[in-house]
Amino acid sequence: MGEKIATRDAYGEALAQLGRSNPDIVVLDADLSGSTKTAVFAREFPQRFFNMGIAEANMMGTAAGLAAAGKIPFASTFAVFATGRAFDQVRNSICYPQLNVKIAATHAGLTVGEDGASHQSVEDIALMRALPNMTVLVPADGVEARLAVRAAAEHVGPVYLRLGRPKVPVIFGDDYSFEIGRAVRLREGSDVTLAACGYMVGPALAAAKLLAGEGIEARVLNMSTLKPLDGDALLAAARETGALVTAEEHSIIGGLGSAVAEFLGQEYPVPVLRVGIGDTFGESGPPEELLEKYGLTAGDILAAAKKAMGMK
Amino acid sequence: MLVRAETEARLQEKAKNIRRHIITMLAQAGSGHPGGSLSIADIVTALYFAVLKVDPANPQWEERDRFVLSKGHACPVLYGALAEAGFFPLEELKTLRKINSRLQGHPDMRKTPGVEMSTGSLGQGLAAANGMALAGKLDQRDYRVYVVLGDGEVNEGMVWEAAMAAAHYGLDNLTAFLDYNGLQIDGPVGEVMATAPLEEKWAAFGWHVLTIDGHDFGEILAAVEEAKKTKGQPTMIIAKTVKGRGVSFMENEVGWHGKAPDEKQTAQALAELA
Repeated sequence: MGEKIATRDAYGEALAQLGRSNPDIVVLDADLSGSTKTAVFAREFPQRFFNMGIAEANMMGTAAGLAAAGKIPFASTFAVFATGRAFDQVRNSICYPQLNVKIAATHAGLTVGEDGASHQSVEDIALMRALPNMTVLVPADGVEARLAVRAAAEHVGPVYLRLGRPKVPVIFGDDYSFEIGRAVRLREGSDVTLAACGYMVGPALAAAKLLAGEGIEARVLNMSTLKPLDGDALLAAARETGALVTAEEHSIIGGLGSAVAEFLGQEYPVPVLRVGIGDTFGESGPPEELLEKYGLTAGDILAAAKKAMGMK
Repeated sequence: MLVRAETEARLQEKAKNIRRHIITMLAQAGSGHPGGSLSIADIVTALYFAVLKVDPANPQWEERDRFVLSKGHACPVLYGALAEAGFFPLEELKTLRKINSRLQGHPDMRKTPGVEMSTGSLGQGLAAANGMALAGKLDQRDYRVYVVLGDGEVNEGMVWEAAMAAAHYGLDNLTAFLDYNGLQIDGPVGEVMATAPLEEKWAAFGWHVLTIDGHDFGEILAAVEEAKKTKGQPTMIIAKTVKGRGVSFMENEVGWHGKAPDEKQTAQALAELA
């Protein structure tokens, strides 16, 4: 693997860049700007950066007020606090009035690592996906994260942007184009589809490679927009490959796997197996070891793919 | 401050009309919150008819003053004031809480012209008002932001997060009213949750605090003027009010927090407000 960039680092850079071209961009943080990387923006645009202290509910409400007055606020903290601690504010002050607030939440999923379960959000996608008017983006690498930040700013309405803590391999080249609501086919294949988002796109590609070694051609879809879901891409995958495996660093309840199963269950039922975190909280440990323990590896995706093919 | 007699008379008349709208609206809706609507009728009247720079013909005018009703359940008073001000026809008031109405059971900024923030889940309006005030400062606009909080509402922890932030950012373009009517759903404030002493609490959070009679137009307008002159900190106007004010059988009665009057009660209330 070549270069590695954390999606949160890409966010910090993209945000500062955005700040240079758009004076309406304002940024709020809840005493985690060094970790969420909003500090990059804060250094360059101190007047447009608001540290709200350790008060996430108030941060979301303030962001709503800034948006009501025409600003484009990016509010950042860890995913577990952005979606859990401030859920009612996101619901009632942001989504219900359709205010133009971007929630850029970092440290999502198990790869938070050593801080443990209190800081590992396994349910944030489920919470945000259930909210009317919310757009949910889960970029897979630094390149996509940068583009997603830009797309989020251009989109009018609430956006949840899910970002990670660890450095992840760069998957996409400079020519990669990102569009909200569009899944990207990263690999062609007609035997099975691996639909992944965020951190798990890398392992899905690795699994496809392993499957190819066994003569199985897997299509790989990068489902970086969880909502609105790219129904056309999923329908094509169901019709042309007949079985899907989803892969996400999130609970199998309410995340990508649920979204895909909900959609195909109604539109074109085929086997859909979900690789993700079971109905459980995480724990402390090195990210790689946690992913192994909780069943989020290329090997887990490979096994699920074979099983799904057997269910056709 | 002495209000000119004609202003006082004009505001008294408006407040009476708005109180009548509240009663009529709730009776037609068959549900809603009269007590806390009536308790802030004079404050809201003073704001819409003697303080706020707003343009009913252009509700999104960028330089307008903003009013956030944080205690969203008291929206009948807001709807009454907005209709009286000309944001939408008075006729529309009878659609309150009905299906397909622009007048929702709690304020919806996307549906109702003149409503600045969707509220209803208590404790959130002050944070939104802070955001509007911060944006006004960033853009160097002269508009001011007003917000009304309930005395039960301040049980919510988020109110104090927002109180801290408003002072931290020196939001002197923000003026808050606390509707201190002494009653919340389950009983007297203080029995439900000890919130006193409110003056000391807001002062300790860094606010300029005034205490007034929330039914005296002279005191309301004088407090607003003092808030405008106060630099470097937001102002909290603790308004001593009577829940249900203006309707004898609703006054200071906790049972009138959230129910509509029946036909006979409506007739009596309207007779008292004639």
